[in-house]
Amino acid sequence: MKPVFEVTKGMREKVSHYCPGCTHGIAHRLIMEVLDERGQLGDAIGVSPVGCSIVAHQYLNVDMIEASHGRAPAVASGIKRVHPNSPVFTYQGDGDLASIGIGELIHAAGRGEKFCTFFINNAIYGMTGGQMAPTTLVGQKATTCVEGRTVEQAGNPLRICELLNTIDGAVYVERVSLHSPSAVRAAKKAIHRAFEVQEKGLGYAFVELLSTCPTNWGMTPVKATEWLKENMIPYYPVKQFKCPEEVK
Amino acid sequence: MQEKRLLKGNEAFAIAAINAGCRFYFGYPITPQNEVPEYMSRELKKVGGSFIQAESELASVNMAYGAASAGGRVLISSSSPGIALMQEGFSDLAVIQAPVVAINVMRSGPGIGGIQPGQADYFQVTRGGGNGDYHIIVYAPKSIQEACEMIYNAFDVADEYRNPVMICADGMLGQMMEPVCVPEPREAMKEEDIPAAKPWALTGHKNQRERNAINSVFLQQEVLEDFNMNVLAPKYEKAKKELPEAEIIDVEGAEVVFVSYGSTSRMAREAMEILKEEGIKVGLIRPKTLWPFPDFAFEQIGESTKHVIAVELSMGQMMQDVKLALNGRIPVSLINKVGGVLLDPEEIAERTKKIMEVR
Repeated sequence: MKPVFEVTKGMREKVSHYCPGCTHGIAHRLIMEVLDERGQLGDAIGVSPVGCSIVAHQYLNVDMIEASHGRAPAVASGIKRVHPNSPVFTYQGDGDLASIGIGELIHAAGRGEKFCTFFINNAIYGMTGGQMAPTTLVGQKATTCVEGRTVEQAGNPLRICELLNTIDGAVYVERVSLHSPSAVRAAKKAIHRAFEVQEKGLGYAFVELLSTCPTNWGMTPVKATEWLKENMIPYYPVKQFKCPEEVK
Repeated sequence: MQEKRLLKGNEAFAIAAINAGCRFYFGYPITPQNEVPEYMSRELKKVGGSFIQAESELASVNMAYGAASAGGRVLISSSSPGIALMQEGFSDLAVIQAPVVAINVMRSGPGIGGIQPGQADYFQVTRGGGNGDYHIIVYAPKSIQEACEMIYNAFDVADEYRNPVMICADGMLGQMMEPVCVPEPREAMKEEDIPAAKPWALTGHKNQRERNAINSVFLQQEVLEDFNMNVLAPKYEKAKKELPEAEIIDVEGAEVVFVSYGSTSRMAREAMEILKEEGIKVGLIRPKTLWPFPDFAFEQIGESTKHVIAVELSMGQMMQDVKLALNGRIPVSLINKVGGVLLDPEEIAERTKKIMEVR
């Protein structure tokens, strides 16, 4: 019988350490499916961050390296200089990318580095146990703002796509979400475009994936996806900020 | 060796690196090493290499982390406060066993300090400024010529040991000019040759091998202990056996032995001649490697030696290794200047005589 569905060769057969309901698994699989469909699993090189996905290389069947906290864009810049024709990507969470690593992010974008970044925004520090992130929403509770984030104490959350949208070197900037099947399908298309931008050598490609963290949000997985839709999307609109003509 | 040329230290360092086959350089401006990134920005592209002016030293060491992991021959350079900023990266490079060569054109400290030459980075380069039980291999040249040869060889040492290697020069060597014969250019490794030469490198698995995963995190304590004890430690033990180098002059029968490295050792060498004319027998041990420290050289110090004097531009940092090497056999004194002030031979000679009177 002809198989109707097969797991991508991009995923290794490993039991995941991610919590039940976490969207890292979806994001992992989408990136690997895209590379698989593009025939680039054998060429791709990934950089994982510090955070829950530090050991993403346990699951992703491509050459990978761990970067120290926030440095993934610098590491990817170095890799891309040695292998200019290989698809290179960073996979980073909000603490890693939007807090400690924002300098490396902005300058990689500024240089128009020809790699992709997949930004997992779940509005919290997951691995360290639920501290406030730069993307934690006002009013959202975290272990370093137990009564909810206040503007007075921590300012407003950073919108990273909007920030990168001002940088010419970032030629493809899109925010997607992982809260529903249709959103997941749209996310996959965005990941495809990001690799297409890279392959065509057009510049820096950035995809933000709104994600859930049921454990540290203190919610069931279903409730978490609802919370994402009702609270994150109004503040972080799902939107294509810019896209080069060549990949539209 | 190429024809003799009059070259500024920093430029000569960059030429030596390119001639050694280095094709990737990531730098950030800091005095007194700016001619290194300036030269690389102009010249690397002419040989098919790649230069990035990084946004910080933190970024440059991490670009090196990426490029070396991808199999490239990589150089970074900075000066003392910039090296301090890179220390997280050196610990990371050591744990992922990435071959990177770094040039430190040392200046004075602490803090932002000054831009004049100094040697007060000894602790931060030999003691592991970053976290954990790791070492970087450190060479200390006394001249631009020697620096060029050390840089040229450092890439091979880095590859052989899969470990970062640092050339500790100072502002004096970086900024002055000397006649130099730079080693001949070698062919650089091509991208397609990396998988065979460096099978651990990130090259893409091409659906022909297991994926390579280069990791710095070890969440199981037993695995990390095993890595420290059975991967890193034996490598460092091998380095301690194979790598220590020192120049040893007139130590046999000497009453006084100077221990001095880098450009400062040239002042000590001249002070020896001044003292010799006054009938005082002085020897010199000049460590060419700071880590591993050349303990072997101190075995040559015999009964005749009453004074061992560390001559350095710090408050006595190298002196600690001298004391360890001597293990209490002979008292160790210090002749130093700090803050960017230099020693001259006459002052070293005078201070030596005072030490001899007091002891």
